Amino acid sequence: MTVFILRRLLQTGVVLLATALLVFFGLYLVGNPVDILVNPVADEVERARAAAALGLDKPIVEQFLLFLRGAVTGELGTSFVYGRPAMDVILERAPATLELAALAMAIAVTLGLPLGLYAGLRPDSWPAKAIMAGSIFGFSLPTFWVGLLLILVFAVQLGWLPSGGRGPTVEFLGMQLSILHWDGLKYALLPAINLALFKLSLIVRLTRAQVREQSLLDYIKFARAKGLPRRRVIGVHLLKNILIPLVTVIGLELGSVIAFAVVTETIFAWPGMGKLVIDSIFQLDRPVVVAYLMLTVTMFIFINLAVDILYSVLDPRVRLAEAK
Amino acid sequence: MTSSRSLRALAGAALLSLSLAAAAQDLTIGLATPVTSLDPHFHNLTPNNNVADHVFDKLVTKDAKEQLRPQLAESWKTVDEVTWEFKLRKGVKWHDGAEFTATDVVETIKRIPNVPNSPASFATYTRPLADVTAVDKHTLRIKTLRPHPLLPNDLVAIRIVPARIAAAAKTEEFNSGKTMIGTGPYKFKEYVAGDRVVLERNDAYWGAKPHWKTVRMRMIANAPGRVAALLAGDVQMIESVPTADLERLKKEPKVVLTSAVSNRLIYLHMDSDRTVSPFVAGKDGKPLDNNPFKDPRVRKAVSLALDRDAIVSRIMEGQAEPAGQLLPEFFPGTSKRLLPPKQDLAAARKLLADAGYPNGFAVTLHSPNNRYINDEKVAQAVAQFLNRAGIETKLEAMPSSVFFSRAGKLEFSFFLAGWGAETGETSSPLRALIGSFNAQTGMGQANRGRFSDAGVDALILTAMTNIDDTKRNLMLAAASDKALGELQAIVPVHYEVSSWGLVRGLAYTGRADQYTYAFEVRPAK
Repeated sequence: MTVFILRRLLQTGVVLLATALLVFFGLYLVGNPVDILVNPVADEVERARAAAALGLDKPIVEQFLLFLRGAVTGELGTSFVYGRPAMDVILERAPATLELAALAMAIAVTLGLPLGLYAGLRPDSWPAKAIMAGSIFGFSLPTFWVGLLLILVFAVQLGWLPSGGRGPTVEFLGMQLSILHWDGLKYALLPAINLALFKLSLIVRLTRAQVREQSLLDYIKFARAKGLPRRRVIGVHLLKNILIPLVTVIGLELGSVIAFAVVTETIFAWPGMGKLVIDSIFQLDRPVVVAYLMLTVTMFIFINLAVDILYSVLDPRVRLAEAK
Repeated sequence: MTSSRSLRALAGAALLSLSLAAAAQDLTIGLATPVTSLDPHFHNLTPNNNVADHVFDKLVTKDAKEQLRPQLAESWKTVDEVTWEFKLRKGVKWHDGAEFTATDVVETIKRIPNVPNSPASFATYTRPLADVTAVDKHTLRIKTLRPHPLLPNDLVAIRIVPARIAAAAKTEEFNSGKTMIGTGPYKFKEYVAGDRVVLERNDAYWGAKPHWKTVRMRMIANAPGRVAALLAGDVQMIESVPTADLERLKKEPKVVLTSAVSNRLIYLHMDSDRTVSPFVAGKDGKPLDNNPFKDPRVRKAVSLALDRDAIVSRIMEGQAEPAGQLLPEFFPGTSKRLLPPKQDLAAARKLLADAGYPNGFAVTLHSPNNRYINDEKVAQAVAQFLNRAGIETKLEAMPSSVFFSRAGKLEFSFFLAGWGAETGETSSPLRALIGSFNAQTGMGQANRGRFSDAGVDALILTAMTNIDDTKRNLMLAAASDKALGELQAIVPVHYEVSSWGLVRGLAYTGRADQYTYAFEVRPAK
């Protein structure tokens, strides 16, 4: 187990270096940040001053080496636009994205599992067919369109929920969170539902398929034959076995919900990291983009690690050290 | 049926109660672009300046038509060609109660070139100054390096902070609100990065008291999201109404629209300098060894090929005005003679033939696709009009982060761009777009077609040493006549019209500088 985790950490370092290299030089090829940042009225003197102030007057290779030297000590550079350490700028926005992702995943899992179970156990009933038909919509409708539709119906027509923005926050474990009381939660509901819809459909379909497959296997038949109550057969034997593939997918989806909530955040003017990184790409704010992607990569690696460890808990046959 | 009707009635009631609450004391505005810093001297960027203008005053300000108005300076005069004297307003108090004096201005101007890490500093405006002194508490004397007639216009960009803050404050301290102390109509209350700025009325303000007690400025970059927020009653005002929604909003009883022609010109720039230009070719695809855009007749042909009225009415949905020169006519320094030309394809073809291109030629037009209102669509229309005149035009549109870097490196032969004249008069676009590129004169910083004409340069430079406004503006008009009427240095297309949406019952006079000021929003009479 320890060897397994150590090897993973080593891989992490290599992936991070590759990410930094790609993003750094990729953005360099896109354009010169000075052209975007300086005011159009600025003359050559001011442009030269800005380039020097941002460290952009040095050759690109030297800029990269300077960045690497900082990165080793945990210093990922200063944002061109905000004039503050890039990591601070990102982490300041992190609670907004994390709470939105958590709420969305909670909605997707608490609705998706029971609906999927139902559809799997009674595949021919009409509610099951309705659930499956609905999940196709959840899959195929584009997020930006559903988001606008939610706003039009629930904010503009019915006036029940706010059309966008983030509500008042309270401090919790050092983070500013808004979903802990109703005043803030009502702002988070529409974006969270919008974000949850795709994941919800995915979980429903996956659960149903697993239930259908596993129900026919011998161990279920045996459990039934032994005269175990139906609740125990489904709740313990069946559920535990269908959870293994579900945990992988939920883990990966949690990562993608945090990292790529961009569309939802933009439509609902939700001040999270996704919106920040889009703004930063347009403004060629390289330190923020690089730091954000390194953070995202790290997060994915750790979620995967957690998923692998969870496997071994759920399925005793899986031995982590075997993954040589 | 009945239930949907009662739902609608409910929604209506909710809206009504919201707008009643709004009528009382609060105003929430949906801004289109995010504020990146509250430090008024850190990043010269319109959304930042827009918020700063609520908290900080300037010596000189501009009205909705960009004409200069006194603010913290009551009056100013020139002592000689390079010396200006400003009489400052008496009895003005900072938000913390201290008195505003000339020393505050001196220290503010000292801070401007020394803000660390500034990506776009305001030093452009202080560099022409030789010396700034406080003669007494309410008299300020500014000496410039050489005659600088636009000094009052430049001072509009300098937001005054208290001397003690100017001497030591860091950008973070403005962002945290600690040093957000100005003399302006609003006091700072809260800033959540990427989300909102909250302001509270300054009841001790020296000038006209604003109507709204609490102002929230929310950043809603997504255009449909902004419109939905207005329709839902979450905000009472939005800026940059998307042209696609204008027709629908005009019919919406809950909403009123207001608009103003802006100082931003959309124009076509041509490489009029290089003999061989990268994106110009013959119709057979072979590069031309003589760049046709060097000939003023070809540039005129481009101008005559455009149907500006069609662009304005069909692509811009009326949110633009056809342009024949660098700024709309009500701005100082414009020419009375340069009307927007009507489309005349026959004349365009004749000019091309006279210039030696009876069969036209081929060119690629480059354009940004996320910088100006409908920029890519306008460029598409331009390409089609030129095709009809015989210039085979291909369009290549790209995000502005790519576009401006490439344009700055002179990679294009023919491109569409825009220029906002922030001084509110004609010398700004004349110097930046048409004056010969030269680091010493500071001209031509956006002249990416490298147009150069000694006669035009001389006219602009002489005008810029004349501190008599009337005479200078006549000279600038003459320079425009020569540069556009005679030489067609660039091809003006249209002036953007900016628009605002408000809930019915509120009124706002649209501003030519596209700013959104809460203190100018009032209940409709």
